[in-house]
Amino acid sequence: MTVLTPLLNEGRRMLSQRPVPRALVYAETWSRAIVLLAAGDLTLLSLWGDASQVHMALLDPEDHSVGVVTLACHDGHYPSVGMAHPPAIRLERAIRDLYGFVPDDLPDTRAWLDHRDGTNYAFLPVEGVGLHQIPVGPVHAGIIEPGHFRFTCDGETVVRLEQRLGYVHKGVDELLAGSPVGQVARIACRVSGDSAVALGIGFARAVEAALHFTPPQRAIWLRALMAELERIANHLGDFGAICNDASFSMMLAHCAVLRERVLRATDAAFGHRLMMDRIVPGGVSVDLDAQNIAAIMGLVSDVRGKFAALTALYDRTASLQDRTVGTGILKPELARQFGAGGYVGRASGRDFDARKHVGYAPYDELTFEVPVLTDGDVNARIWIRAREIGQSLALIEQILRGLPEGGVIAEMPVSSGEALTLTEAFRGDVLVWLRVNQGTVERCHIRDASWFQWPLLEAVVEGNIVADFPLCNKSFNCSYSGHDL
Amino acid sequence: MLRFLREGLRPPLTEPRPAVDPEFATLATSLNETAQRRLGHSLSIRQVDAGSCNGCELEIHALNNAFYDIERFGIRFVASPRHADVLLVTGPVTRNMREALERTWRATPDPKWVVAVGDCGADGGVFAASSAVVGGVSAVVPVDLVISGCPPSPARLLTGLLSLFRD
Repeated sequence: MTVLTPLLNEGRRMLSQRPVPRALVYAETWSRAIVLLAAGDLTLLSLWGDASQVHMALLDPEDHSVGVVTLACHDGHYPSVGMAHPPAIRLERAIRDLYGFVPDDLPDTRAWLDHRDGTNYAFLPVEGVGLHQIPVGPVHAGIIEPGHFRFTCDGETVVRLEQRLGYVHKGVDELLAGSPVGQVARIACRVSGDSAVALGIGFARAVEAALHFTPPQRAIWLRALMAELERIANHLGDFGAICNDASFSMMLAHCAVLRERVLRATDAAFGHRLMMDRIVPGGVSVDLDAQNIAAIMGLVSDVRGKFAALTALYDRTASLQDRTVGTGILKPELARQFGAGGYVGRASGRDFDARKHVGYAPYDELTFEVPVLTDGDVNARIWIRAREIGQSLALIEQILRGLPEGGVIAEMPVSSGEALTLTEAFRGDVLVWLRVNQGTVERCHIRDASWFQWPLLEAVVEGNIVADFPLCNKSFNCSYSGHDL
Repeated sequence: MLRFLREGLRPPLTEPRPAVDPEFATLATSLNETAQRRLGHSLSIRQVDAGSCNGCELEIHALNNAFYDIERFGIRFVASPRHADVLLVTGPVTRNMREALERTWRATPDPKWVVAVGDCGADGGVFAASSAVVGGVSAVVPVDLVISGCPPSPARLLTGLLSLFRD
């Protein structure tokens, strides 16, 4: 039996929100939601602040229904979710930094996105004979985003990793509030540049849902085409980069060539390699011509053939698998508890995929499978990516064959409303919630999949050797920018 | 398999050296002549993300692929600012990265140059209005060259970086 609907029925339904329900609840219902989260009957999708209230988005794992409960916190306090349900801890620390609302009874009172305490941040105390610490970052050795990792080691073995994030906090919440829809669309796809398409789709779908508007069919299909191209490009990059972190640099060389071919095709077809600003509320900003349809079809068969050879190479290189098999194991129970999305969850038995389980157009008309494994190690996360590339290639062919005719953008009504959407980015589900009023975004919350994946990286590294951290980290490939907002 | 691997990168995918872009040529002449002589044809780059969305990083990464093969020009990415001639800085500089950027700059031995990458690196871009953002790279450290774009393509990055050399 589902538990979300009765919970929402305890509160007052806010009819303005689409397509998922939102209910204004009292502290008693809020606390009941916390109990259900802690018991595993509900999955936390996000937690965010608003003017004098906090919202909590919940997923019912039974039927994949989604709902939001809202609690007014006039005195600036609310009952902590993180106290009983750890996945909420960092979100609550962020809400306190950005909105000043205090989660009552949350044991961790340290700031998260607010770095005013500078280098005096209190890392968790460590005691033990022979333990040493390795501080890394925020400026890392590679070409990657900034964050701080504090390793505590016993010899070569990591006994604890503590992350400190927030270095690329750009005040996105503040920037979005009160901005025109068009401006917010530009910023939304730059919340994490590697997921520009998925974030763009999430935001556009939310605006359209809030305003009861359906964009042209062709635009919906072109969005999915771009999303699958983005997924393939990122997975190809990751596949090569993970192998490179095991010093198998040849794989990176080959994958980087394939990735470049994808980006050149997207540049030719849509005028931007990362397809930023191509998805706009109301449709897409650029149509696809016959020549580029043929070019993308050619790309699909080229990538399919060459990537099959690369996966075969991975599959028969024992020295490479020696580094990936059994490394950085994420237990299925943790993946479930944290609602881990994308390849992180799917390599550990959690099959959730927003395209399939929440569902949105045009995926309801397309045939694809969501690969799931249960080993939870680096190897499993590599194989999920490899299989998803295969699924995305097949999806692109279906999209190109079934692409509806017609326009790609339509005039949006100027009105008001609120909405919540879940969109499947390459790294997992992205949640966008917003309230729009006469063409202005009053408030917009964007939750990247990384929020629930970063804490799990701390867990999987434990007991691995320091030299395997790059493999674990790259196999997660969490977004810093998408998390730091 | 071996045949596939050999042929995967053949015929050579590496593209010819990009033509000099007048935009960068003007900027480059404003660089100290001695500086350009000193750099010769060897350049060690430390990349610093001071707040970017990761878009610029993806395109900087692409410089290492077989199409651009940046190392053939003597340009390579190094792991420490102490080994670097150039800091390649992306992003609007966030308040939270300001100190790290300053410390990285101080850790880079003289003579050193700073290249700001991307529209955000240039002036803060779409994030300029945020109170969590200090501004473009030049708001924190002196900048010698700006390679704009959102993000700049690898070809554009390559053209910009090559302008640091004197032919």
